[in-house]
Amino acid sequence: MFHALVAIKQVPDTTNIRIDPETGNLVREGVPAIMNPYDAHALAEAVAWKRKLGGKVTVVSMGPPSFNQTIREAIELGADRGILISDRKFAGADTLATSYVLAEVIRQVHEEEPLHLIFFGKQAIDGDTAQVGPGVAVRLDLPIVTYATKIREVDLAGQKVVVERKTERWTEVVETPLPALLTCEKEIAPIPFAPLPDLINSLRYDPEMFTMEGPVAFETGEVGVRGSPTIVYKMGTPSLPEPGEKLNAREIGVAAAVETALGKAEAAGILKAVLGGAV
Amino acid sequence: MSARRFWVFIEQELGKAHPVSWELLGVARGLADQVMEEAQVAGDEVLIEGVLLGHEVEHLAQEALEYGADNVYLLDDPAFEHYRNCPYYKSIAQVAQKYAPEVFLIGATTLGRDLAGAVATALKTGLTADCTELEMGEVKGAKQRLLLATRPAFGGNIMATILCRTHRPQMSSVRPRVFPLPERNPNAEGKIIRETAALEEADTLACILEFIHAKGESVDIDYADVIVAGGRGLGSPDGFKLLQQLADELGGVVGASRPLVDGGWISYAHQVGQSGKTVRPKLYIAAGISGALQHKVGMQNSDFIIAINTDPDAPIFEVADVGIVGDLFEVIPAMIEKVKAYKKEAAA
Repeated sequence: MFHALVAIKQVPDTTNIRIDPETGNLVREGVPAIMNPYDAHALAEAVAWKRKLGGKVTVVSMGPPSFNQTIREAIELGADRGILISDRKFAGADTLATSYVLAEVIRQVHEEEPLHLIFFGKQAIDGDTAQVGPGVAVRLDLPIVTYATKIREVDLAGQKVVVERKTERWTEVVETPLPALLTCEKEIAPIPFAPLPDLINSLRYDPEMFTMEGPVAFETGEVGVRGSPTIVYKMGTPSLPEPGEKLNAREIGVAAAVETALGKAEAAGILKAVLGGAV
Repeated sequence: MSARRFWVFIEQELGKAHPVSWELLGVARGLADQVMEEAQVAGDEVLIEGVLLGHEVEHLAQEALEYGADNVYLLDDPAFEHYRNCPYYKSIAQVAQKYAPEVFLIGATTLGRDLAGAVATALKTGLTADCTELEMGEVKGAKQRLLLATRPAFGGNIMATILCRTHRPQMSSVRPRVFPLPERNPNAEGKIIRETAALEEADTLACILEFIHAKGESVDIDYADVIVAGGRGLGSPDGFKLLQQLADELGGVVGASRPLVDGGWISYAHQVGQSGKTVRPKLYIAAGISGALQHKVGMQNSDFIIAINTDPDAPIFEVADVGIVGDLFEVIPAMIEKVKAYKKEAAA
């Protein structure tokens, strides 16, 4: 039986984050929480393979109890089991501490029901670090394929998977033994509409809660702030250079505005540098 | 006397180095200079060192010396011919454990991001992604200067400075083009030190069956000299045709802001900004881009910026060298004509 685990994160919809022009502070109120989009696509792929091969998809998330909403959403999308890892002692975790907690939980799930594939999104849109997936793979000593765009083949008998991954230069077709960890691009799978039974299941679903008390025995020195080598030292607003001249094309005319703008670029040596011998 | 080592991962594919490696050697030199005084007082040696993996890539080790490395650790083996996560991270972790670098910088490319998180976890140390400012600064309670790694957070709205107080190395990833390319010194002297790593069979089981090259045009906006970028003001995907004409005249490429990529008007390879590419072309023309923070952090280091927007209060004007308040569908055609005239004049 095919068993996949998908690590999901709830994130603020960062496309909606803005700064209060009066105070310069982040406006957090009214910013909707969503499932990290890359995780949602990874989940869709895991569920598609479950439907093809027969089996089970487990989702795991780490965060406050409000993340249960995202786990229910995952059940709606076809996951069978949802685990929320939640404890105040986990607060303040950086990517190293986060990868520890997730790795320990995944180890436990694997001991209960052996896993074939572990899915992550390529990164979370709130932090954009792309560090937790590789971190978990290292901790579990699993082969990893990042930036996965397509799973060509899952061979349970031969214990291997063939995956396409996209780099800046080309697409690589990688074969790797199972179990393996993938971090996924959105192209990995479209997000399907939830079938009615899954929708109904999700409304009733109560995610399992894992805490410092159990069922996994976490080392206190490895979690939360204590397990995090990095700290935020200070925060500030970005510094921007002095703005240049603004020309109003409606007042001086388009031709004059363009003439002046390109004239400044020429005076700064830019046109010559760009057009080379042509100028 | 001990050594304070500032490491840079020298990224290569097909025997060609990624320029971000040289940019980071320049950064490492700057960081080393900042600790030179306290190192002299303590009698410590300060070294800038590259780490290079590949097969038959000694010429790149030489190039790293020319871009400022004092030493290059070279792991030359057929197993490293093509990048693979497991053999690379395990080998680098072994060499890092041997030499105990203080700082380790890796380019935030797809390859570098795949690698950095794995190396940091193997070494159980802190890693800060996508840093835009790096400094060795004095921190209360610390005997030596520490790496202050600053990165944009929350879509570029906030700059967060991250510290890794006790774990070593202090690791950071940095995107291409955030820092300038340092001068190359062909007479540079330095040592190439060959290293080997102990790998098990299981570490090299992943294999690349095939490389598929993208069909059609490929864009390389991060190293383009000219970028003509469009935003929502384009009105429709057809607007890119006009931008492409101007880009062609200037020998440049077309870029885009995030909403256009999200909306499927153009591919992700064209996206400029924190969630896309960081660029520093000689000339950046922003047409119909309002200038969200996350866009500005990705292009504000361009040498010369011309912004065109109908809204005189558009934030993009804050980073522009010259702003034109006007309709891009009038301004861009006028620019195309003007550039053609310049070229004709120069040819004559």
